Amino acid sequence: MANFSKSNVPQFSMDVYQNEYLPEGGREVNAIVTVTATGGGTIGSAVAAPHLYAPGQGPSAAVAIMVDCSGSMDYPPTKMRNARDATAAAVDTLRDGVHFAVIGGTHVAKEVYPGGGRLAVADATTREQAKQALRKLSAGGGTAIGTWLRLADRLLASADVAIRHGILLTDGRNEHESPGDLRAALDSCAGRFTCDARGVGTDWEVKEVTGIASALLGTSDIVADPAALAADFTQMMETAMGKEVADVALRLWTPVGTSIKFVKQVAPTVEELTDRRAEAGPRAGDYPTGSWGDESRDYHVCVEVQSADIGQEMLAARVSLVIPQPDGSAQNLGAQGLVRAVWTDDMAASTAINPQVAHYTGQAELAQAIQQGLDLRKAGDFDGATAKLGRAVQLASASGNADTAKLLAKVVDVVDAATGTVRLKAKVEEADEMTLETRSTKTVRVKK
Amino acid sequence: MSQMPQQAALSNCPSCEWPLESGDRFCGACGYDLSAVPARPDDHPTVTLNGSVPPSGDGAGEGDDGAGGDAGAGAGDAAAWPLAAEPDSSSGGPAVTHVPAELPGTDSGGSPLPTVPPAGPPVPPPTGSPVSPATGVRFDRPPEPDEYPLQAPDPRIADLSAPPGAKLCVACRAGRVDSDGYCENCGHAQPRERDHMEQEAGPVAAVSDRGLRHHRNEDAFGIGRTTLPDGSPASVAVVCDGVSSATRPDDASFAAGVAANESLLAALPRGTHPQQAMHDAIVAASHAVNALADEPATAREHSPHQNAPACTIVGAVVTPGLLVVGWVGDSRVYWVPADRTSPPARLTEDDSWAAQMVSAGLMSEAEAYADERAHAITGWLGADAYELEPHTASFKPDRPGVVVVCTDGLWNYAEGAQEMAEFVPSDAAARPLHAARVLVGHALDGGGHDNVTVAVVPFPAVSQGAGSA
Repeated sequence: MANFSKSNVPQFSMDVYQNEYLPEGGREVNAIVTVTATGGGTIGSAVAAPHLYAPGQGPSAAVAIMVDCSGSMDYPPTKMRNARDATAAAVDTLRDGVHFAVIGGTHVAKEVYPGGGRLAVADATTREQAKQALRKLSAGGGTAIGTWLRLADRLLASADVAIRHGILLTDGRNEHESPGDLRAALDSCAGRFTCDARGVGTDWEVKEVTGIASALLGTSDIVADPAALAADFTQMMETAMGKEVADVALRLWTPVGTSIKFVKQVAPTVEELTDRRAEAGPRAGDYPTGSWGDESRDYHVCVEVQSADIGQEMLAARVSLVIPQPDGSAQNLGAQGLVRAVWTDDMAASTAINPQVAHYTGQAELAQAIQQGLDLRKAGDFDGATAKLGRAVQLASASGNADTAKLLAKVVDVVDAATGTVRLKAKVEEADEMTLETRSTKTVRVKK
Repeated sequence: MSQMPQQAALSNCPSCEWPLESGDRFCGACGYDLSAVPARPDDHPTVTLNGSVPPSGDGAGEGDDGAGGDAGAGAGDAAAWPLAAEPDSSSGGPAVTHVPAELPGTDSGGSPLPTVPPAGPPVPPPTGSPVSPATGVRFDRPPEPDEYPLQAPDPRIADLSAPPGAKLCVACRAGRVDSDGYCENCGHAQPRERDHMEQEAGPVAAVSDRGLRHHRNEDAFGIGRTTLPDGSPASVAVVCDGVSSATRPDDASFAAGVAANESLLAALPRGTHPQQAMHDAIVAASHAVNALADEPATAREHSPHQNAPACTIVGAVVTPGLLVVGWVGDSRVYWVPADRTSPPARLTEDDSWAAQMVSAGLMSEAEAYADERAHAITGWLGADAYELEPHTASFKPDRPGVVVVCTDGLWNYAEGAQEMAEFVPSDAAARPLHAARVLVGHALDGGGHDNVTVAVVPFPAVSQGAGSA
């Protein structure tokens, strides 16, 4: 697995934000855990400066690019051409020494480059060869994304590297395999590599793309205009090249008699993790977080403890970061946070809500309100949709989530943001609706 | 003693001797209108018998106890308080009130704590075997009983390492304790060093306890003794109570206690007048607390509203002839003469809302203290204090006694000077640590709603060889 003697493993730090005071009989403890990774092999933001790596520096990595080559990619023909250009741009962004492969996806998966069940090692020659191979890409056939992922998994597993990552581009629905097949493929790939997913155009299914990214701990987005693909691919690859450590898990220890109500990532996007727990020894469980570069993420942990007497204090949860090893042990990354519970008869203390907890509770509700509102709208329940989207507008406005507020304003006419009074727009661009749905889980941090 | 501050609220009904709560407006037994009674009725002949009435009030409580000691106590009651009988004859008008209250006090200790009443049997002052400190103080706190048997010379350390040998959790008795001080099984926090502290310095002793309702001890104390330039001894005690609504109140009280104590112990041997030394010590303490505001908050403190650490302070300096007190906030000093026939007194005037109301004549003391704003303090040490106004006062007691320096965690359960005196063992001067434990135990038995800290300083300061017990 990963070799941690290298200097490029970032330093992790953890901060816990909570109101630890509970009233008599209180049981629910909420905390926001901020995890920050800094000081890896890069200077400052890895995203902004990936080329600081000299050849051979940076963690060993392997990347598979999966490009949709189904027949629909030729309508319009610019889509296929843009996909080829974007893939070429991504290949150009590869750091020297990184293993890579390009996969053409239809109802079956084909190795476009290098072929033979191998990975190429990036250098000037292989990059050129890869771009040559891309020219031969043509559209034709169906869409079975599960097969693409399985092939990517096989290829990525062939190299002994620290970071394994995939980039997946589709323009249509996963029509040539059952949803169960895709689900099975995702389950078998989960934890083996991370994957960003992009939908190009407007003929794809938002829930499929976001589901892939969510299961494989990557990002998802819409690229409505094929011309924007190259920039997006470059940026995605830069982020992938900035990753320094993979397979990090959030380990949660809780005392006897405590139940975990939920664990979710709340920044930069909302990601439910509760059901992804892997038991890790007595009273401890691991929640996967994927790979990390220089970045910061927030997690909302909610546990229910057994009530204790006024004046008592207990540890409700101990949060740490580990890299689980195949042999069942785990490498501890050092950072640790304590979530406490203190029972008090001071009402002012016990009724206060921590601002971070309040903020992210609102952000999670915002994401949910958008998704529910759009679902209701599709189902024809316009009153329900108006109520949900109105609430979303209100939450986005109050929390300062300007990007989401802008996206909402393309779907509804905002009458009064403060009260959440909105009217559904009679005519909504499909791209706008899909953008809102895809990006609904994006959150902003607390205004400091 | 004539200059003693005003007597506190009534502790018993002037009509029927029924023990009163601080907020009562009418007597719970006879319906006597208490507001009609001036705060300190001079005397009431009806009260006459020290012995007779209280025992009847006691009767119920003792009946509950039933067994052994009670017979003795019951019989002993009348006999036990010959001291009390004297005030009647001693013509001291103000002294009257202190008589009847004594036995009810014993009684309140009696039901939860059968060991208290035995104060009766040994009639003479020594009060031989009142309370085993262990049971007396720790009665309803099973988790940490182990601390009491230890009468270690340095309790701060002893108590810290005291948790049972194997570091088993005191809450579930099953899990081990991790390096953060929490149980690896049930997660419960383990007793901390400051949860219970005891210290003895020559004739002075202090005890501080977390209480039963707070999760940490935000009180602190500092005690010591030194020698004045003329060779006479001086005892020093400082008690501080962290302001809970401020950030890091425990750090504030600790810093203030240390700074004031050090300041006094440095200034007194140089010949600084004790009253000046006390003033300077309070100023030094305030600087120490102010300095905390500049330090970065600890990692754990992410509370939304950070504010300046703050605490109260009260201190006493006792020399062979002089008793000097100083304070800011609502922590107090009580004077309890060894000869209980003379009246005890409170020597400090709270910087509190209640005290202001009373001094402005807007409310009676009983009313003021019954108000929920009673404990809002109007003076404290801390960077956000409006203006530091250290109060100091100097007394020349004409008889021996003990000085009780305490936080509101104690005086909430013994507000009036008379009440307080009742709970001070008669051998307090000889066994100050024991006396401090008994007083802390009284507060815990009463509910332990706040941190409790008590320092006991015998007057006059005795020269060498005073080391008690």
